[in-house]
Amino acid sequence: MLPEAAAWLIIGLPLLAGVFNIAVLRPWRRSLWQYAGYVGIVGTGAAFVLSLIAVNGAMGSGDAGYEPHAWFAVGAIGAQDGFQMTVGIFLDPLSAIMAAVVSGVSMVVQVFSLGYMRKDEHDANGEWSDYPRYFTYMSLFTASMLGLVLAYNLIQLFVFWELVGLFSYLLIGFWFHRPAAAAAAKKAFIVTRIGDFGFMLGILYLFLNRGEFTALGLNPFEIPAILDAAPMLSAGVATWVALGLFAGAAGKSAQFPLHTWLPDAMEGPTPVSSLIHAATMVAAGVFLVARLFGLFEESATAMNTVAIIGGFTAVFAAAMGLASNDIKRVLAFSTVSQLGYMFLALGVGAPGVAMFHLFNHAFFKCLLFLGAGSVHHSVHTFDMRYMGGIRRWMPITYLTTLIGGLSLAGIFPLAGFWSKDEILATAWSGAHAANTGVSQLVFWLALAAAFMTAFYIFRLIIMSFHGEFRGGIDSVPHEERIPDEAHHQVHQHESSRVMTLPLIVLAVFAVGSGFVANSLFDLGPVPAHWFSHLLHEDAPKFNLAIAATSTVVAVAGIGLAVLVYGTRTVSFDGLGRLWRFAHRLLVQRFYMDALYEDLIVRRALYRGLFLVSDWFDRRIVDGVADLAGWLGRNSGRAIAQLQTGHIQVYGVGVSMGAAVILIFYLMQR
Amino acid sequence: MLTAITFLPMIGAALALAVRGSTRTTRLIALTTVLAELGLTISMYVIFSAEGDVYQFVQRAPWVSAFGIEFLMGVDGLSAPLVLLNGILGVAAVLVSWRVETRVREYFMWLLLLQGAVMGVFASLDLILFFIFWELELVPMFFLISIWGTGRRDYSAMKFLLFTFLGSAFMFAAILALYFSFPAGERTFDMTALIHKDLTNLIVPSSLVFSGFLVAFAVKLPIVPLHTWLPDAHTDAPTAVSVMLAGVLLKMGGYGLLRINAGMFPEELARAAPLLATLAVVNVLYGAFIVMRQTDLKRLVAYSSVSHMGFVVLGLASVGAGAAQLDGTGLNGAAMQLFTHGTITGLLFVVVGLVYDRAHTRHIADMGGLSGRMPLIAIGFMVAGLASLGLPTTSGFAAEIMVFLGTFPAYGLATALCAFGVVLAAGYILWTAQRTMFGPPLERWAHLEDATRVDVAAMGVLVVPIFLFGVYPALLTDVFDAGIAPIIASFAQGLGG
Repeated sequence: MLPEAAAWLIIGLPLLAGVFNIAVLRPWRRSLWQYAGYVGIVGTGAAFVLSLIAVNGAMGSGDAGYEPHAWFAVGAIGAQDGFQMTVGIFLDPLSAIMAAVVSGVSMVVQVFSLGYMRKDEHDANGEWSDYPRYFTYMSLFTASMLGLVLAYNLIQLFVFWELVGLFSYLLIGFWFHRPAAAAAAKKAFIVTRIGDFGFMLGILYLFLNRGEFTALGLNPFEIPAILDAAPMLSAGVATWVALGLFAGAAGKSAQFPLHTWLPDAMEGPTPVSSLIHAATMVAAGVFLVARLFGLFEESATAMNTVAIIGGFTAVFAAAMGLASNDIKRVLAFSTVSQLGYMFLALGVGAPGVAMFHLFNHAFFKCLLFLGAGSVHHSVHTFDMRYMGGIRRWMPITYLTTLIGGLSLAGIFPLAGFWSKDEILATAWSGAHAANTGVSQLVFWLALAAAFMTAFYIFRLIIMSFHGEFRGGIDSVPHEERIPDEAHHQVHQHESSRVMTLPLIVLAVFAVGSGFVANSLFDLGPVPAHWFSHLLHEDAPKFNLAIAATSTVVAVAGIGLAVLVYGTRTVSFDGLGRLWRFAHRLLVQRFYMDALYEDLIVRRALYRGLFLVSDWFDRRIVDGVADLAGWLGRNSGRAIAQLQTGHIQVYGVGVSMGAAVILIFYLMQR
Repeated sequence: MLTAITFLPMIGAALALAVRGSTRTTRLIALTTVLAELGLTISMYVIFSAEGDVYQFVQRAPWVSAFGIEFLMGVDGLSAPLVLLNGILGVAAVLVSWRVETRVREYFMWLLLLQGAVMGVFASLDLILFFIFWELELVPMFFLISIWGTGRRDYSAMKFLLFTFLGSAFMFAAILALYFSFPAGERTFDMTALIHKDLTNLIVPSSLVFSGFLVAFAVKLPIVPLHTWLPDAHTDAPTAVSVMLAGVLLKMGGYGLLRINAGMFPEELARAAPLLATLAVVNVLYGAFIVMRQTDLKRLVAYSSVSHMGFVVLGLASVGAGAAQLDGTGLNGAAMQLFTHGTITGLLFVVVGLVYDRAHTRHIADMGGLSGRMPLIAIGFMVAGLASLGLPTTSGFAAEIMVFLGTFPAYGLATALCAFGVVLAAGYILWTAQRTMFGPPLERWAHLEDATRVDVAAMGVLVVPIFLFGVYPALLTDVFDAGIAPIIASFAQGLGG
């Protein structure tokens, strides 16, 4: 087993790399800026190696948690014994495998970034000028994510959870001089924070009921303790804490109704989208539920909520993916949809299956995003209407993207097929679900999402890689171009090797990760159902009927995409007004952004509540104070009068406040 | 030692005024004074032992014996961190005043006097001495705002003076009522003695005495609706004064509430707890709503202070849980919030001041893309902003979560509503960052310079404690716990017996 210090280094090495880049390289060694990327890659790579050792160590043994350490104590006085906050590493198979995925994918993405983040030679600040800051954020993001994964204590997890949010904010807004990027970064942080408000309430509710833990001699914030105590908690506690945590998870993993930030977050550099909006940060929500699954399991309400939100989001987001013309936004909606799949699996009682899908998805979705980045390097636009025919000069990008697409669509025998099939089989059987009706319902939702997924991803592949080339950036009207990229031109060539190599590596995983990691039978060194057994779970039985059905559905989706966008033998225009209405609904993202931003934030709050509050404060509260002053100056020279003037008029202000207070006070009772 | 800490800035003030040298000499005198002061306060804080006596560094001398007024100084776990805070902010305030060019000697004289007076407030254990320092602080504030301020500075200075004065009148009456409630031989202003006396049976109802103190401290903290002096004072004050005002002067209010309202009147405070919880919600949410509409950067930060001081009030309301449930978490969180808000908002005002020095505007609509021109200042702004919105690993998070954990058992709904204030804080901070620091660089700001070494030092002296106490809060919480233990004990006695 890994020594504890080495486990801390999994977090510490990327952290060190980031600190080195920002504190040493950036301010003091301009000539070495081009090596900032290697610093990040070495730090993350070392963490990856340690994680693999940890996975290896975790295989044989049971839970490999280390003893936690004291952090700070609160309230250790008076009638109470006080409360000890702890920190530590919780290294079990679940966190070990997640750490390996996070660090591994991060390392590959950073290699790709070496090519992607290099500026063209005409840039005034030099071609390496983005390197130190970019690789600092990447390293620190990775360290935060690893900290989240390995956290022993729920508060400790929350700390890293928020740091992940911070670094995603900095990465989405990396090109902060672009207004859209700055706005998207802010939106991502605030929307996820609304979810974190739920997380915080969950924490508070847990603390409120700490008596149930202390009676068992357990610390209510330690994750192993929560899992141990979960079956003994009183009914409401598990439900409310689980629902609160799920709100946080839904924010981080962009589940309905907190999904709106993720498509906008595509304003960040593409490798960032690939890492944090496909493989790591958004997976944190899924991981959180899987991590505390023992608690969720105790509450049927929580389980059903997770399943239904997940199932609904899977379909809802896939639908929006059908109509988008931006290659990255299609992938963003796809991510939201696939995360819905994972929550659905959690909700029907199969955390191992959800983690298996997370594992496979990390590779093929990362691959698809990097493929989009590679395409952008050639045509300098993400708008698929200006692409087409790219496969002719980007064979590697094309083939790897095709593999990623087939894997996402769930075509046998690629990785996506296996985990999707396990999810469908589990939902269909409903054996572990809190409610079989819910389980059946989400099965059909998942099947519908599978059809849409196959359709939109092949729409993407056909529109961008097949057919005639439609001009790339050269055809984009000038007013639609981002100022930074206005001077770019199309270069019809394959990306450099530092970018294609990561694509090839990920493509290998997108093909094999599903079959090899959770094979139906022994595969030489890998025993059958290795992944499921690693997480101490029985793999769901392979169901040929379901596998056949899902394959037929996926092939039908691909076929329809080919007919509509490839051969153009089928057109939706025949559907007339209904089609136009549906299309507009999808393009407007079901008007959810409009509802949130225009109706609620701008009208109801900014021009409503906030305006009224500000007016009230200036006119009424301050007005009363000024009036008191005016009366004081003008109500004669007698000192006594001056004094009473102040107090009485002031009393008006006080009593006005008191009215509000009284109402609230009565509500509290 | 506390006498030295209190009077060193005053000696520095006298020197700054008396030595007729260049502007540079005066600055160096001021800087030397505050650095020595910081050294003293840090040594005091390190020597202070959380396991030792309740009151340490006690100095006691008769003063006006006829009325039992003593020169009594000492610190406990409650005041020791605040003395340190004042030491830290003094350095930041002097550094950020480096560009003051008018009447420099007087300026630094008043600024140092201000620091000394606030030290006196935190270090006094005699009520009259406490009151004298409390009032003494008004004088430098009034002159600093009305001479070196901007905009409607006379109005704002007078408004600040009148509000505080009004509050002080209530406090003075309450102090006298306390004094005359005891028979001739037992009369005292000694807070360490009063805390052990039975204060339920006074010449006037003890709720009145309690309210007298409450009003005085509520003005200072401030609690809505007694807050309207604050945005005006902040907006028109010079940068260093805003830093001191947000950093330590507001803290006097919170300190008073903890020391006197909680320490001496546990029953009254427990009775007022539902009211305090309600006021906390109003402070946090109403303050945050108003922040969203502000167009002046300083006013924006000022209202965010109002919102954040609501967390202090919420922490105090934790006593509503009743003696059996009560631990020190909520009160400790409130005290912690005093300290952290001092450093965080102090830093915010430093940054706003640096921007104003360069751009000569505080109007948010005029800004944009500043981070390209002044990356160091932008980093300072982001650190302060993120700490202000309660990002973990900054001290803002540690304080807020303790307040929430402490008060949630007593007032679930109020705590939840206040916790939503954290979401609003993310909204206004990041929106402000977007409008000022990010976006395309503007042509008109192409000439702006980034922070100088002095400016970096001014920011750095505040950034260090933000992260230090954020990552390892025990450095603060252990000391605060030592100060809060006697208060909790008096609750246990008062409410249990």
